[in-house]
Parts: sequence; C-alpha cells; structure tokens
Amino acid sequence: MDSLLNKSRPPAYCPGCAYDRVTVGLDQAFQHLKLSGNQVAMVSDIGCSGLFDTFFHTHALHGLHGRALTYATGLKMARPELKVVVTMGDGGLGIGGAHFLSACRRNLDLTLLILNNFNFGMTGGQFSSTTPSGARVGSGFLNQLEKPIDPCTVALSAGAPYVRRCSSYGRDLAEEIAAAIAYEGFSVVDIWGACTGRYTRKNRLTPATIEENLAGLPPMPGKVNENARKEFGRHYRELAAALKPAAPPEAIEAQFEPPAPARREVVILGGAGQRVVTAGEILCLAGLTAGLNATQKNEYNITVLRGPSISELILSPESIGFTGIEEPDVILALGPEGVARRGYLFDRLNKESCVIQAAGVDIPGSRATVHPIDFKARKIKAQDWALAGLAVLAGLNQVITMDMLHAALAHRFKGPLLAQVLELVDSVNI
Amino acid sequence: MALSFMEGNEAVARGAIAAGCRFFAGYPITPASTLFSAMLELLPPAGGICLQGEDEIASIGQCLGAAMGGMKVMTATSGPGISLYSEQISFAVGSEIPIVIVDVQRLGPSTGSATRGADGDIQFLRWGSSGGLPVIVLAPVNVADCFSLTIHAFNLAEQYRCPVFLASNKEIGMTRESVDLSALETPEIIGRAAPPPDEPFRPFHVAEGRTVPGFLPMGGDVIVRQTSSTHGPDGYITTNKEEIAGNIKRLEQKVLSAADQFAFYESRIEKDADSLIIAYGVTARAAEVVYDELKRAAKPVSLLVLKTLWPVPEAVVRSAAEKVKRVVVVEMNLGLYAREIRRILPDRRVDFFGRMDGDLISPRKIREVIAHG
Repeated sequence: MDSLLNKSRPPAYCPGCAYDRVTVGLDQAFQHLKLSGNQVAMVSDIGCSGLFDTFFHTHALHGLHGRALTYATGLKMARPELKVVVTMGDGGLGIGGAHFLSACRRNLDLTLLILNNFNFGMTGGQFSSTTPSGARVGSGFLNQLEKPIDPCTVALSAGAPYVRRCSSYGRDLAEEIAAAIAYEGFSVVDIWGACTGRYTRKNRLTPATIEENLAGLPPMPGKVNENARKEFGRHYRELAAALKPAAPPEAIEAQFEPPAPARREVVILGGAGQRVVTAGEILCLAGLTAGLNATQKNEYNITVLRGPSISELILSPESIGFTGIEEPDVILALGPEGVARRGYLFDRLNKESCVIQAAGVDIPGSRATVHPIDFKARKIKAQDWALAGLAVLAGLNQVITMDMLHAALAHRFKGPLLAQVLELVDSVNI
Repeated sequence: MALSFMEGNEAVARGAIAAGCRFFAGYPITPASTLFSAMLELLPPAGGICLQGEDEIASIGQCLGAAMGGMKVMTATSGPGISLYSEQISFAVGSEIPIVIVDVQRLGPSTGSATRGADGDIQFLRWGSSGGLPVIVLAPVNVADCFSLTIHAFNLAEQYRCPVFLASNKEIGMTRESVDLSALETPEIIGRAAPPPDEPFRPFHVAEGRTVPGFLPMGGDVIVRQTSSTHGPDGYITTNKEEIAGNIKRLEQKVLSAADQFAFYESRIEKDADSLIIAYGVTARAAEVVYDELKRAAKPVSLLVLKTLWPVPEAVVRSAAEKVKRVVVVEMNLGLYAREIRRILPDRRVDFFGRMDGDLISPRKIREVIAHG
C-alpha cells in the first residue's frame, strides 16, 4: 500500500523531535494494515500532537485541547467502519483526564496514541500530567509539588482492554502501532519521546535513557485479559436492536361531559412520596377524556424523597395561557410541607372554592368549604392519598366525574396495577 | 379531536426525531434530564445513537464528532452545562458544524436553583463563546412550539452550518400540557447541502451563489478535513489576513443576512393600542392572557411574541412598535432582552418588568405594569 503521508504537507517538527519518528511509524502501520486514506480518521487536539492530522492524507478532525477523545467517540459511533486514531500529548491527557478514563471504561474501538514527551512543548515547556517531579521545566518549582501519573496503570485500572508502552525510537514502533489499531476495542499506546525544543534543553532524555527507564517499569501486556469484553459500539448496536420501538404518544378522545363547562384550577399540596405528580397527571388525563385542555406545573425540591411536592393543574374548555395558579378553585391539602409552601393560597379562596383536607394536616382558615377526610382510618397509605383525593373530588362531582377518573386511570395504568388503583378509588366512596 | 398530554422536553425529543436527528449525547442535569430520557427511549430503537457523556464537554464533543460523520445531532443541558459547552460551541461556530443545543433554563447564576425556571441565559447563549460570532436562538412558548421549533432548529443548523439553540425553560420543558398532535406544524425537513459536483472538494470552499461551504461526511470516499484552527478553504491553517477576514465576515453574514428568513414571531397589533407588550418563552403565555383580557375590556394593547431571539428580528420589532407610545418588555430575568429592544427603538419609551425568584410572571403583574404606565 502507499504511504498515507500528506505529500503537500511534510512534517515540520523541531529537529530531533520524537514526533517525527512516530509520524513515520504510524504511516508504516497504516501500510501494514493496508489502509487507504478514506478508511482512516485522525483525531487530534492542541499542541504538537495536534499537528499530526495535517501530515496525513486521511480524514482529519482537529479540535480543542484535551477533547480529541470526545470527537473520536461521536465520529466512531456515527461511522463504525472508520479506523479512528487519536493523537494526544501528555498535556491533553491531563486536560482531558475524564475523557481518558471514560474511553477506557467504554471500550469503543479507538486507538489512542499518547505522544508522551513529558511537558507542554508548544507553550513553553510547562509541566504536564507526566512530567517527573525532579525535571526542570517552564513552571518553576511547581512540578516538584505534584506526582506524575502513569497513563498505562491508569488505563489498566480504568478498564482499557489494550495497553502498551514503548519508545518512539524502538525498531518495532510501526508493529506496535499496527497491533493497537488492529485490536477491536479501545487501545492505548503510551509512546515516550524527547521534546528537543523544550524538555531536553534542561533535562537529560535520550533514546538510551528512555529505553533504560522503560526497562525498569513493569511491561504492559498489550491485550489485558481481565479487561477483555465486548466492544462498545458493537455492544450498543446489539442492545439497541433488541429494544422495542417507543410507543407513539397516546391521543385521548373526548367521551364524557365534565361536571361544569368552565375553567377549573386545582392545587395539590403534599409531600414527597405521596405521588402528587402522578395524581396531577391523572387529573389532567381525566380532563382530556372530557375534551378539556389541561396543564400541569409541578414544584418539588431536588431532594426527591423529602420536602414539599406541589402540582398545579388547570382544566379548561379554552386554551390555557398562564400555567400558574393564584386563586385555585380546589386545594387538596395532603401534606404539611406543601401546605406550608403555599399557605398564602388559602386566604384567596372564596366560598365557592373547596378544600379536601387529609386528617392530620393543618390548614389556614379560609372561606372555602372544607371536606375533611381521614385516609388513615380508611387504611389508605400515604403514597395513595393524592389519588384517593381525586376520588373524593370525583365523588363530590367537582372538576372531574368518577367516569372521567376511571377512564384516566385506564389510560395511565394497565393490568394488575390498574385493578389496584380502580379498587382504591372505588373504596373511597364518600 | 383527540388530545395528547406531554411535557415540553418530550415534545422537543419528538420534534428532533421528526427532523431526522440520529445522534444525541447529554449529561443529566435538572431540568433537562427528561429530554435525555425521552431521547433514550426514542432514538436507540429507531437505529439512532443516544449516549451519556462523562460530562457536558464530552457530550457536546461527541455530538460534534457525529455531526462530522454526517449525522444530525442534538444535545441538551441547562445553564451550568452551557458554561461547559462554551469552547465546543465556538468550535461549532468557527468550523461550521451543525448542531442543535437545547438549554432548559433554570434559575441562576451558577448552579442556582435546579427546579426553578428563569430566562437568565438569553444573552449568554448569544455571547457565551469566544469570537463573538452570531448564533441562532429560538424560544418556544408551549409544547407545540417545542415540537415545531425543534424541527426549524435542525433545519437552520443544517442550512447555515452553525449551532442553533432552543432556549427553553423549566416552566416549558417540565410543564405538561394537552396538545393536538395532528394539528402540529411540521416544517419540511432540510438537510445539509453537498458541494457542487465536478469540483475537487475543499471542505471550507464556498461555491458561487452560496454562503455556506458544501458538506461531505467524514468517512465517505472523499477525504474530509475539519479543524478548530483558523483555516482557509482547504481546511488547513492559514495566516492570510484577507482570507481570514473574509471568512470571519462570511461566518457573521451567513447568519445575519438571512435573519429575516427565520424570524419566527406572533404579533397581535391593535390599531388603538398605546402600548406594545414584547415577551418570549413562558412569559408570553401570561402576556397573551393580558392581551385577551384588555381586548375584551376595550382597552387594547398590542402584543409581540418573539420566537426567534437571535439574531434579533429587528424589522419585526420596529414594525410592531411603529404606532405605540410605549413598549413593555416582560421577561424572567433582570432585563436581558429589554436592552436589545432599547437598542432597536432608541426613540421610544421602553419599560421593563421582570422577576428572578423562580416564580412565573403572572398576568396580574403584567396588567399592573400596563395600567401604571
């Protein structure tokens, strides 16, 4: 196969730069694998490793520092047939640490070449995530304070199924890279080399010392047996293919007359865990069965299982603009937390308004008619009070009828659950 | 007529699917999480891809990669996530990568209040990425808009190859309402244009009579280069000042010069009205109530509901304000969009009413503002 080096853009690194070696090695690897330029995407980011995509006549995506793996992930998922090779320096590795960990965990078929030259070369030789603490770099004394990471052991512990470490100057560099590209899964090759423009001006690092240092480290196996598993993209497509298509949204035909052909505003004031939001939805569905428009605006704290839970519900034969409720027709007072948050509403009730008050929940005085109900005495659990409250409302022929409520429940629930909720609302029978 | 009941976030997801969205990546954040859930339910079984990124930067980065692979892509977040998207947004702007970004706004600043609404990102969406080049921002008022404006957003992203934002709000995204799905506006679907045939492909070359480069997907037969660096038509770094200046100007003008073609709005102009209310998003719903009431009371006001916020539909605003003495801008922030209206109408009295405490602006408040003019 032909070289994939870009004839119009020959490599232009500093004299002696290790990246020259990797460029040649990568090109040879492409040739070993008999890849043509349109079968390969080079994804790079910022710094000297970001020059790589320019020097190859392949698809190329050059983006923001440390983010190369994010683009590569999207591109590979969109184009599974592409061989996607990511080049990142040790600088980008530190910046995109979360992306590196996630790529290891995800095991999408990408090849990451870490062009590890122990410093941010392009910006002045500042320390990176792999700079030895004893090195003299462009960040003054700061690198003495931090411990460098070993990308390979990080990759191993994060679940990468293929991890290798090698020298830019090794004779088998092309084979190393080709083997990583050929591996179906996330493969990491940590390639050590010298930055002659910055790092080696003040630090001794030669092909021989790199070889020595590498020899002193535990070898990385390439394929990591304990991390071997299905490739992410293949696995994704397999799981997705087994999913049932999502149901289209249900459309509810009008089949009942509402108790009154007017706009009615209902506020359910409860606490977390009382299924207030579900009850609110059911009230609205009940409205739909009578051809009414409906809105449901909910309020709850981010601590889902504690605090108030409030649902503001409007049913109206007209279209509904404002979705807030300032003067409700009906309040379901089911929990002290909800009543506390909207206590001011009670003062705004008039004598046509109605309050359904659960026993044990104190409410402020108001002009409204109050219907107390002792759910506990009826052996209804707190999580069912909101739904039971709708049954009380229907029993009073307020806002919704029992027929509307039944039909709404049949839209919302199926099977044994439907039987349970129907039994519950019928048991309320006030 | 049969009605369905759904929240705005679900309607955005359904609009995205209708627009041909094939890739979604997001990261959970209230109040946008249900949009992610909806995409997860809809997209994978339909052969599309839905990913949860390790963070917001990854989510949008994955979208940009998939967009370069030829897919229509969308991501969704809230204010804190938009902050993290920023550098990737500027990449999409400068390198002309089509993407739809949904901001289900919540009360800020910063992490603010996760479960309370606001429209506090309206300037941030326009100016929150480096370089200051224009983006398109659409603002839905209701569930029907969430569906149809999302389709428009995809069409615009594809046509102009730029990020298009949907400026939603917790109070739209997570509020459910009845909707007649058979009556929804379903715009014709537009895809990104390929380059003219019989020319060697240059990824950023703009063909005669066009304002946007032709798109070929990465992974096709023809080799495609994409770069976040300042580039010439060939996709390589350029230092040619004329080339740079020309390209930057084009990036600005491709959006600004076409702005009239996607100025979405609803205006209700009353010839006897002294005042014009300008609103957008969820606040427009309260403004519509006030418009109806005052019209019935024979004290009409005019109403302009803007659904395209950026580029500012200046001609629409000028025309709506032509006959009135006073313009009242009502919005869920401290006057972020009022400043645009003041800029466009320097000779007109422009009042502002807003709030930023998590509560909706009620019709009662707007009536008071109108009455005490």
